[in-house]
Amino acid sequence: MDIDLLTNIFYAMVRTGTPLLLVALGELVCEKSGVLNLGQEGMMLFGAVIGFIVAFSSGSLWLGVLCACLAGVLLSLLFAFVALGLSSNQVATGLALTIFGVGLSSFIGAAWVGKPLAGFEPVAIPLLSEIPLLGRMLFGQDLLVYLSFALFALVAWVILKSRAGLIIQAVGENPNAASAMGLPVLRVRTLAVMFGGAMAGLAGGYMSLAYTPMWAENMTAGRGWIALALVVFASWRVFRVVLGAWLFGLASILHLVAQGIGLAIPGNLLAMLPYVATIVVLVVLSRDAIKTRLYAPVSLGQPWKAGH
Amino acid sequence: MSFDTASTPRLQMRGITKRYPGTLANDRVELSIQPGEIRALLGENGAGKSTLMKIIYGVTQPDEGEIIWHGEPLKMRDPAQARGLGIGMVFQHFSLFETLSVAENIALAMGAAAGTPKQLEPRIREVSQRYGMALEPHRLVHSLSIGERQRVEIVRCLMQDIKLLILDEPTSVLTPQEADELFVTLRHLAAEGCSILFISHKLGEVRALCQSATVLRGGKVSGHCVPTECSDMDLARLMVGAAEGLEASYPKVHGGLTRLRVDDLNWHNADPFGTSLAQCRLEVRSGEIVGIAGVAGNGQDELLALLSGEVRLPSTERERITLDNQPVANLYPDARRQLGLTFVPAERLGHGAVPDMSLADNALLTGFQMGLTRAGMINHGKVMAFADKIIADYAVKTPDAHTTARSLSGGNLQKFILGREILQQPKLLVAAHPTWGVDVGAAAAIHRSLIALRDAGAAILVISEDLDELFQISDRIGALCSGRLSPLAETAQTTPVEVGRWMAGEFEPVTHA
Repeated sequence: MDIDLLTNIFYAMVRTGTPLLLVALGELVCEKSGVLNLGQEGMMLFGAVIGFIVAFSSGSLWLGVLCACLAGVLLSLLFAFVALGLSSNQVATGLALTIFGVGLSSFIGAAWVGKPLAGFEPVAIPLLSEIPLLGRMLFGQDLLVYLSFALFALVAWVILKSRAGLIIQAVGENPNAASAMGLPVLRVRTLAVMFGGAMAGLAGGYMSLAYTPMWAENMTAGRGWIALALVVFASWRVFRVVLGAWLFGLASILHLVAQGIGLAIPGNLLAMLPYVATIVVLVVLSRDAIKTRLYAPVSLGQPWKAGH
Repeated sequence: MSFDTASTPRLQMRGITKRYPGTLANDRVELSIQPGEIRALLGENGAGKSTLMKIIYGVTQPDEGEIIWHGEPLKMRDPAQARGLGIGMVFQHFSLFETLSVAENIALAMGAAAGTPKQLEPRIREVSQRYGMALEPHRLVHSLSIGERQRVEIVRCLMQDIKLLILDEPTSVLTPQEADELFVTLRHLAAEGCSILFISHKLGEVRALCQSATVLRGGKVSGHCVPTECSDMDLARLMVGAAEGLEASYPKVHGGLTRLRVDDLNWHNADPFGTSLAQCRLEVRSGEIVGIAGVAGNGQDELLALLSGEVRLPSTERERITLDNQPVANLYPDARRQLGLTFVPAERLGHGAVPDMSLADNALLTGFQMGLTRAGMINHGKVMAFADKIIADYAVKTPDAHTTARSLSGGNLQKFILGREILQQPKLLVAAHPTWGVDVGAAAAIHRSLIALRDAGAAILVISEDLDELFQISDRIGALCSGRLSPLAETAQTTPVEVGRWMAGEFEPVTHA
């Protein structure tokens, strides 16, 4: 394999893994606080369609990105109101949110299907992007990918180093104890859900404004679900989330590469590869039961009410 | 007492009333505590102690009444405000986060201004040394023993300028020796001027530690007293009113033939937070009660699961547990039940009974081998008759057998579960924490039932954290510590101090007889 091909594979791996990384980072924070939001797919699609419409109408890609985030937050607030405010079942609420988001985005976006848009272009950083193999992957991407790097660093710092991270972890492990200690459990959880919504919206915006600058129904193709699995199989560890997201990207690329080279493997089998590879690798990594229990938010998915 | 004449109390509660749907948790409660005073708050489960504590600590707000702190009335909005005033609370169920380190737990409670976990480490070491409570700030809480976790809670309170320390049944998780060490710390604190509110229902401890006591019954203050000047009976009457069955003592007996034999039982627990069992040996004979003491989390749950059949050994090791010389360690619970083993688990709702099923259906769940079914069909008439008999024989307070298990009080449900198992005429009954959270009257009834079953010739194994209970009812006694079982001694030949040492692991490994 020549070095140009490898450079390009790495570049495409990160590019393809980025939407997954964004959603998964948001859901990671959300789950760390003890809330399981299965509405990721719906929030992504809603973010994608709103981002596209705004960018197309206003001509400003960044305004589109901002509105994609806000769209995600808006849907997440709906989830927060029902699942946290009314202490409903989180699984059912999240599923309903996805169904709602899929339908709503199709409805709103019907008139925008197939319209062309000049999306985010790669912005190569001089010199650095010339580094062999990794240069293009890390320094030849578009601005939203750089943003995903920054958000990853931010989330890693918050969870591993900051007091806010301690609070999120405490609320996710034992909301009763956290509340007795005077921590505002529902406010922390609501903020975590909103952050998850913003990240899902951003991921949707990345899909419709950078990855494939256009709007199509269901264009996220299950990435919201993969991200949910990713968080679990990454044992709620932020570095593994990145690993998993990019691995998924790599496997997605490989199937294109293999088809390009003309390997005689049925296309459907190859299309399965990213899903299978990601899950297998992360399952193998999460075998250590002690570590997994240390990172898993104990109260995940359990409705909680103040007072008792 | 000199305290009664001192100037301004540190804390006064006046006319505190708190209603929950269906109950009056606190009814015009009055309480006052002076600087440097150690005051006991006594009462049965459900007497309103915990509610009162939560009100002081700002977790809940009273419907009526006022809190006066250093002579100034104030509203306690939340725990942060209480902590700001110098009030610390050690909960019965620890409010610690297992996946965080000691320092992180303490930093979380202290607020952002106190510093990062790393910055707090020197002070944590200093405070823990000063009060004789060794603690390693780096360790993750899940790796600490129960006693060590309690130290974390206490040190957390002592990190700030503490004026009032509230402890909710702190000794219920400690061995007698650990409790004595705690008392030394508390006296040291009180000597420095800290007021201490000590919640308990153990009269001996209260007398050893506290200068004064306030007794609650049914949400009301039933009396104030000086513990050293009252007898156990005086205090017990204040706590429960009519003191029936409190003084009961039962004759100790020697058992007959060996019913249950546990021989060199080793079991590795795959759960990293659980306990593994090592070299457990135990015999329970017909017509005797064997009591196993121990602080929670020392292998009780694991031993119970292995005895009941919820966890099984491979058939190559089936001889490790025998019932009437028949190997059972590889059998499922229903097969063991057929051989005459019945089981009262620790957790009533969800393990001993299905909360949302009726008492009749719950009776069927373990009693189905008593001819309540035929060819797979349920005979509802017989089921109802069985349930009604349990309710009548064991004085279960319930409208009828159609009531759901969830709607019964803890004591009544426990009487029902125990009755269900006893009426199956077991050869061996294994009961875990039979009177945990049960009021005194029901506890006495449960004890009488167990003694009657013993006298009828059954073998009984009771696992409990309540040492007083075990000394009251068991004929032989031992203790579990870190998954190892102490030798058994005749209850009449041993003392709580000795058993306390066993609970702390101070015993020789049992060798083959």
